[in-house]
Amino acid sequence: MAKYLLLKHYRGGPTPVTDMPLLDRWTPAEVTAHVRYMKDFAARLEETGEFVDSQALAPEGTFVRYDGEGRPPVTDGPFAETKDLIAGWMVIDVDSHERALDLAAELSAAPGQGGEPIREWLELRPFLTSPPTITE
Amino acid sequence: MDEVLPRSLIPGVLGVLVRRGADFATAEDAVQDALVEALRVWPVDPPREPKAWLVTVAWRRFLDTARADAARRRREDAVDEEPAPGPVPGADDTLRLYFLCAHPSLTPSSAVALTLRAVGGLTTRQIARAYLVPEATMAQRISRAKRTVSGVRFDQPGDVATVLRVLYLVFNEGYSGDVDLAAEAVRLTRQLAAAIDHPEVAGLLALMLLHHARRASRTTPDGGLVPLAAQDRRRWDTGLIAEGVRILQAALARDRLGEFQAQAAVAALHADAPTAAETDWVQIVEWYDELVRLTDSPVARLNRAVAVGEADGPRAGLAALAALDEALPRHAAVAAYLHERDGDRSTAARLYAEAARRATNLAERDHLIRQAARLNTR
Repeated sequence: MAKYLLLKHYRGGPTPVTDMPLLDRWTPAEVTAHVRYMKDFAARLEETGEFVDSQALAPEGTFVRYDGEGRPPVTDGPFAETKDLIAGWMVIDVDSHERALDLAAELSAAPGQGGEPIREWLELRPFLTSPPTITE
Repeated sequence: MDEVLPRSLIPGVLGVLVRRGADFATAEDAVQDALVEALRVWPVDPPREPKAWLVTVAWRRFLDTARADAARRRREDAVDEEPAPGPVPGADDTLRLYFLCAHPSLTPSSAVALTLRAVGGLTTRQIARAYLVPEATMAQRISRAKRTVSGVRFDQPGDVATVLRVLYLVFNEGYSGDVDLAAEAVRLTRQLAAAIDHPEVAGLLALMLLHHARRASRTTPDGGLVPLAAQDRRRWDTGLIAEGVRILQAALARDRLGEFQAQAAVAALHADAPTAAETDWVQIVEWYDELVRLTDSPVARLNRAVAVGEADGPRAGLAALAALDEALPRHAAVAAYLHERDGDRSTAARLYAEAARRATNLAERDHLIRQAARLNTR
């Protein structure tokens, strides 16, 4: 019983293993198949009792920071060419690290152009838990 | 109304339904419905015989479901007459229910969820909130678990060890949300101890009581971790400690040692020390030796190294630690502690920082960062 974040990077992870153009260069049927794969994957996880959350993010965001008492927040960006860009995430609750790896690999196999798996790199991050009661 | 009374009747009620011939999955749903009904009705109209009330309502609900199913399958004659009640249910039914819900064919998380619902009588929503997953996910986890055990005969003997592992998991996860999982684990283990005479069941109950007794002193009001040596021992629950020690002594007297009894013995020695300095570390090392012999667990070896450090000095502790895999959880934290006690503050600071990076829970990470910061800023 451990929760993991599956982080989908547009950019910023290891070098992609497939030469994948942006989705707007795919055929509509390929886009539909890709989106359906994600939805089916989430539905399967709900069925197995392992689904926690799934969210997609708009690609462009704003950087914000505090600028002192009584002053409005300072904003910066958006930066079109930042190195790291996060597309979305999925959170799973599984019995083992191996299971988390298997599920991440399965999600990474979403179909792309020509129905071939896109093999995108997914970043797997364990959640910090609440402390155990018995430690000594 | 106290929710615990009706929930404590759940195993017996479910046992009656299954003995009357109901299938486990449908019966469990019916009992859960009856429980929800009880929580609604009892505050204004308390029953004279709570258990009989639950059996009647649950059985009626089960028949409704079974009839609807039967009608759907055009087999209306399948279930109609109420069969004669089976043998008098009691401790045996409770025990069988624990075995079923912790069946080895279930994954740990499914066994935990099924036990909390079918034995504990918690609702799916309560369990989902306690484990911070969506209710739909928890509902699926529970119904899959029920399907998995649907072929298992209710009266088949089970393995106590698997039940104990499930209860230990529930207890050790602490609690979040509106359900106190640690208290629920204690209640379920008490109920199990009443149903079966087994030294390891007693050992686990003692272990839980001895740790539960220290709960108030274990965290600061804002959730920070207070290590054992720094805990305010006046806040320990002496009633729970006395009960835990009594149960443990009776179990140990039977001379069938197991891992939970050995762990409880360590907890009892800590509970017994008026101050941290008066802890009997020599005896604690001996219990860890037993634990290592019983389980060969690396975690037990790690804890043993801490105890050796206290009993024979930090150098001896570090020597015991040197034989262990550095990848073990909390290895760096233990090394940091022993190095600081040995006077090597810079190594300790570096190891505390490393331990913080590798911590798997938030409170421990924050605690380790503060330890590193304390050494780095002097």
